[in-house]
Amino acid sequence: MKEPQGNYKNYEQKKEPKRPVVKNCIRAFLVGGLICVIGQVISMFYMYFFDFTEQTVGNPTIATLIFITMLLTGFGVYDKMAQFAGAGTAVPVTGFGNAVISAAIEHRTEGFVQGVGGNMFKLAGSVILFGVFSAFIIALIKTIISYWSGA
Amino acid sequence: MVFLWAFLVGGLICVIGQLLLDIGKLTPGHTLSILVVAGAVLDGFGLYEPLIDFAGAGATVPITSFGNSLVHGAMAEAEKHGLIGVVTGMFEVTSSGISAAIIFGMIGAILFKPKG
Repeated sequence: MKEPQGNYKNYEQKKEPKRPVVKNCIRAFLVGGLICVIGQVISMFYMYFFDFTEQTVGNPTIATLIFITMLLTGFGVYDKMAQFAGAGTAVPVTGFGNAVISAAIEHRTEGFVQGVGGNMFKLAGSVILFGVFSAFIIALIKTIISYWSGA
Repeated sequence: MVFLWAFLVGGLICVIGQLLLDIGKLTPGHTLSILVVAGAVLDGFGLYEPLIDFAGAGATVPITSFGNSLVHGAMAEAEKHGLIGVVTGMFEVTSSGISAAIIFGMIGAILFKPKG
C-alpha cells in the first residue's frame, strides 16, 4: 500500500494532469486585457469629469476597480471568474483586492479584531512586503547614485 | 486606439503571470510577488513610465504598477529630503490600492456573509 518516500515525487509527477498551458494563457490574456479596458474606461471618465491627468488617474481608477471587486467577491462572482481566467483575474489589481476582501469576509466569523483584522493580508501581505522592500532597495540605489554623480 | 493598447499590454502581462504559474509551477503568491518586484525594477530603469504613457490602464491596472508607484513615491520624497525620504515617501503615490483594499475589505466583511 505505502509508496516509499523516494518514489513519491516521481509518482506525483506521473499522476499530475498536464496543464493546458496554451488554453490558460489565451483565457488569461482575454480576461486580463478586458479588465484593463474596463480600467481604461474608468480612467477616461475620471479624466473628463474630474481634473486628473494621465499620470495621476491611476489612483482613483484602482480604487474604483477594487470597489467593484468587493461587490463581485461578496456575491461569489469573482471566484467563478478566477477559476476560468487564472492569472487573468489574479494579476490585475482586482486580484489583489479580491485576496484582501475574500480573506476579510471569510474570517469574519472569528470576530473583527482577530478574524478580519488578523487575516486580511494573509494572502496579499507578500505582495506588499516584496513590493515595498524592492522599491526601498531600488530607490536607495538610485538616490546614492545621484549623490555620487553630484546631482 | 488607447483601448486596444490597454487590452494588449494588460493581457500580455497577465499571460506572463499565467506562464509563471503553469510553466514555472509557482504559487499565486510567488507569481504576484515577482511581478511587483519586476514593476519596481522596470521603474528603477525608467522603463515603466513610458509604458503607462503608451498603454494607459494596460500598465496601471496590473499589479506591476504597484511596484512602479512605490518607487515613484520613494524617489519623489528622496529628492526633497534625501536618503530618509526613501523610507518616508514609499506610500506617497500608491496609497489608493492598499487603502481601498482595506476600506472595502472591512465594508465587505460587514455586508457579506462567508460562503460555503
